[in-house]
Parts: sequence; structure tokens; C-alpha cells
Amino acid sequence: MSQTQIENAADHEKAEAPLIVTRDLSVHYGAVQALNQISLNVSEHLVTAFIGPSGCGKSTLLRCFNRMNDLIDHVKTTGKVTIAGHDIYRSDIDVVQLRKKVGMVFQKSNPFPKSIRENIMYGLRLHGMRESNRLNEVVESSLRSAALWDEVKDRLDTNALTLSGGQQQRLCIARAIAIQPEILLMDEPASALDPVATAKIEELILTLKERYTIVIVTHNMQQATRISDKTAFFYLGALVEYGNTQAIFTNPKNRQTEDYVTGRFG
Amino acid sequence: MAFATAIILAFAAVILSNILWQGWEAFSWRFITSRADQNMFDSQQAGVLQMIAGTSARVVLMTIFVMPIGVITAIYLTEYARKDSLLTNLIQSAVNNLAGVPSIVFGLFGLGFFVNFIGGNLDLILRPEQAAPYWRNPALIWASLTLAVMTLPVVIVSTEEALKAIPPGLREASMALGATRLETVIRIVIPQALPGIMTGGVLAVGRAAGEVAPILFTGAAYYMSGYPSHLTDQFMDLGYHIFILSTQSPDIEGTRSILYATVITLLLLTFTLNLLTILMRARIRTKLRTFH
Ligand SMILES: Nc1ncnc2c1ncn2[C@@H]1O[C@H](COP(=O)(O)OP(=O)(O)O)[C@@H](O)[C@H]1O
Ligand SMILES: [Mg+2]
Repeated sequence: MSQTQIENAADHEKAEAPLIVTRDLSVHYGAVQALNQISLNVSEHLVTAFIGPSGCGKSTLLRCFNRMNDLIDHVKTTGKVTIAGHDIYRSDIDVVQLRKKVGMVFQKSNPFPKSIRENIMYGLRLHGMRESNRLNEVVESSLRSAALWDEVKDRLDTNALTLSGGQQQRLCIARAIAIQPEILLMDEPASALDPVATAKIEELILTLKERYTIVIVTHNMQQATRISDKTAFFYLGALVEYGNTQAIFTNPKNRQTEDYVTGRFG
Repeated sequence: MAFATAIILAFAAVILSNILWQGWEAFSWRFITSRADQNMFDSQQAGVLQMIAGTSARVVLMTIFVMPIGVITAIYLTEYARKDSLLTNLIQSAVNNLAGVPSIVFGLFGLGFFVNFIGGNLDLILRPEQAAPYWRNPALIWASLTLAVMTLPVVIVSTEEALKAIPPGLREASMALGATRLETVIRIVIPQALPGIMTGGVLAVGRAAGEVAPILFTGAAYYMSGYPSHLTDQFMDLGYHIFILSTQSPDIEGTRSILYATVITLLLLTFTLNLLTILMRARIRTKLRTFH
């Protein structure tokens, strides 16, 4: 999808313009059905949380949005996913461009075993940026956006693996936003972190939402209420309930949702 | 465990000291730097420089042939191929079975496939007018290729191990940033796997350097004057020379010291080749750890 097309989509931005739309989306891993006919809209510039018990398909759905599931053998995806109006599963879509627009942060932080600087430059170089002044500018600006600059500005050339877990995850966020995506997908980004590091990530997400549309998978109910505007509850591959976070947590319509958000789930 | 280690070390010590003891007298700077032009069974005049050159040449050429093919195959198997495809299984079982084949079988294979089949066809295509075979002769290139086939499984397996040890998350991170599979392989996977790939190289060199059987029919010469200067030349070889000295000598007792001096030379050459690769690998390892 081109820059202008995404900007056009942004033009008639209402309070809740749908940016990602799925219709009857089903995913099978071989004989295992992971997602069953999911239809939902993800709104622009909001934080949308995916919640639900382990194995209900949250990661699978997230990985449909940047087609990371393509990398797994024997995956079958049916139905439709559009982003800014473009069907991203059409055969002529450029997956490289898609992934440039839809960044991802993983559950297990995965910085490259290279310097902090190289980690950020990696994506920039992939997309053709060569000029070193420009590269270094973006290194600084993305580390600042990820609230990591002050901690690492004096050691940009040390190996990223020397950072703490929370710092590594923020580096991964910086790396993802360096190539200026429109959407950030985060798959339990804080699940391996201590409370202090988690609080920093949450704070960061709240600042990032000004510029990005964020979809976050989380196991942590409090986290969902703190950072998300909308929440989708999944169970056994199906979308059970989707609405404003406030409503989902205080006044769920579905019995299963209520059981899950109140922690009574078996 | 400690006992077994002690026994192995003791054996190694006995073998090595026996070799040194018997070969020390004939092993000299003159010995390793003179050619075998004079009588090669004369302990005063014999030299092994041509054999050192021949063995080095075939090991280096083998490495040049086997590394790209082995590494690309391993990369194909781990990074591209579906794990359950017919082709993957076929290559995997070929690799596993090839590892157990005796080296003389590779020698016969090399003679039949490289010398006669490939060489014969090259003669037909490139030199249809000439009657005398040019390519269809034992040669440095055929011996090196035969050794490359023999060591291919070692390189493939070590590279596969190295690739499998790389966390999948790194590949995902790269692809999620928009890298293609090829870009991910070149920028992330290969640099990470380099030490393991070089281990494969060390093992291949170690296996090939002392082998005689695979080169017996495919390139090694009993005697030649001068050095191999073309890929189609034959070559003298340290291992083959040891075989000659121990079986063809007119005076076994009299040539025993040059026999063992040649063994010392072969051991030193193997150690040197291994040491070079190990040093290179260590450099890459520290580089990976500190600068990358
Ligand atoms: N690579 C895979 N191969 C086979 N099955 C998978 C794979 N990834 C996930 N699954 C299955 O798909 C279902 C949904 O998984 P996932 O999307 O990871 O759930 P969640 O993120 O909600 O825990 C589970 O039953 C899981 O076992
Ligand atoms: Mg998950």
C-alpha cells in the first residue's frame, strides 16, 4: 500500500476509523483450527487489546496482520483482512512493504546480537537508507521515542544483549518504530518483565498511541484496562466479545467474558 | 571416564613418540624443502616439498569446492525447505548414509564419475578432434572433487547444527522488519552461524588431509618431476608417498627413517591447516561477541 493511500485513509479520520478489518478470517495449522471466522475492525489511533486464555488464537490473529503466519509450514488462511482498504492477502501484495507499515514486537525480546546502533539501523538499511547522518538521526529519534535514549546514548556501540530485559524490549520497540510503521503489533510485550520494566513499557505504549495504531495481546487484565481503548475477548479461536475496554471489564454482555475478566475462568 | 581418557592419551603418546623416534633422524629443514627429483628412496637426498605442495593443493581445492555446496545445502534444508518434503528427506538420508561409506568407495566413485564420466564427456565436447584423453585422466581437480564429495556430509551436518542453534526469534525479528528470507540469511543467519560453519571446515580438512584411498585412482602420482601447475595435472601426495615408502621401497630398513619423517610432515601439515581454521574461527567468535 502506498503512502498516499494510507494518508487518504487518515484524511477522513473520524473518532473510530477502522484501519484493520477482518471478515470471516479462519486460520488452520494443518488439521488444527486456530481461528474461526473472525470479523472485527481495529480502529485507527486506538490501543486495542486482545485477551483470552492461552491457545485461543490471539497471537495467530496478530500474526495475520503482518502475514508472519506465512512463514509457518502448512498454514491455511481463509477470509479477508484489509488494512487501510487493501486486501493484504491478495497475491500481488508486497509483503515487504506490508511489514514496513505494520511493525511487530514479540513476546520474547529478540534484539539482534549486534550493537544497539546496528539494531536500529538494520531495518533502515533494508529499506534503502544509506546516508550515515540520516541513519544516526533516526537512531536517536527512535531511541528517544522508545524512552531508551538517556539510558544508552553513551553506549550505542555495545552489544544489545548487554542490556537488561526491559531495555531489550524497548530497543525492539525502537527498532520497530524506526522504519515508521502505521501500526504496531505487540504480542505480550511485557510478559517476561518485572513490574518496574512493565510499567515503563505501558507508559511508552500510552505515548506511542498518539502516532501509531496499536494492537496488543496481553494476559494481564489490569494491563488491558490501563492501556487499551478497546478490548476483544477470544475463546477457542472465536471472537466472543469486542467493545470498549471499560464496557468489557465492567459490564460484559457475555457470560464467558465475565468469567474470564473476573478471573473465575477454568 | 577419566580412565578411558588416560588410556586414549597414553595410546596417542605411544604412537606419536614412536613416529618421532623413528623419523627424527631424517626429518630436517632440507627434507621438507627439497624436491624428490633425486632418488626418492635415498635418505640423504629424498625430499617431500612436492608432496607438501600436492597435499596442500588438494586440501585447499577440496575446501573451495565443499564449503559453498555444503553450506548452501544446509541453508536450503534448514531455512527454506519444508521439513517433511520428499526432497528434504532424500537429502537428509543421503547425508546420513554417505557419512558411513568407506573412503575407497569414494575413490572408485571418483574414478567412475569424475574421471571417466565427466572427464570423458569434457574430452568429447571440448576436444572432439584429439584422440589422446586430456580431461579423462587422474588429476588434481578430480581428486579434490572426490574428497569434496566425501567430506560434504561433515560440512552439511555442522552447518545445520549451527543454523539450528540460532534462536528462531532473530529470523522473525528480521522478517517482521521487512527483510526477505535471503536478506535474513545473509545479514543475520550466516554471520551467527560462521563459527559453526568453520568447525565444519576444520573437520573436513582433518578428515581429508590424510586420506589416500579417494585420491589413489583420481589424481595422485607415484612420481612426477616438478609441481602440478594446472587443475588437470596429477600431483604427489604425502599420504600416498607414505604408502609407497612402506610398500614399494627396495630397502625397507634403509628407508624407514624417511617414511617416518614423511609421517611427521603430514601430521605437521594437518595440524597447521587445522590451526589456521581454528584461529580464524576464534577471531570470528570474539568479533561476534564484542563488536557486532
Ligand atoms: N506454529 C504452529 N503450528 C501448529 N499449531 C500452532 C502453531 N502456532 C499456534 N498453534 C496452535 O494454534 C492455536 C492458537 O495458538 P496461538 O495463536 O499461539 O494462541 P494464543 O496466542 O492465544 O495463546 C493453539 O491451539 C496452538 O497450539
Ligand atoms: Mg500467544
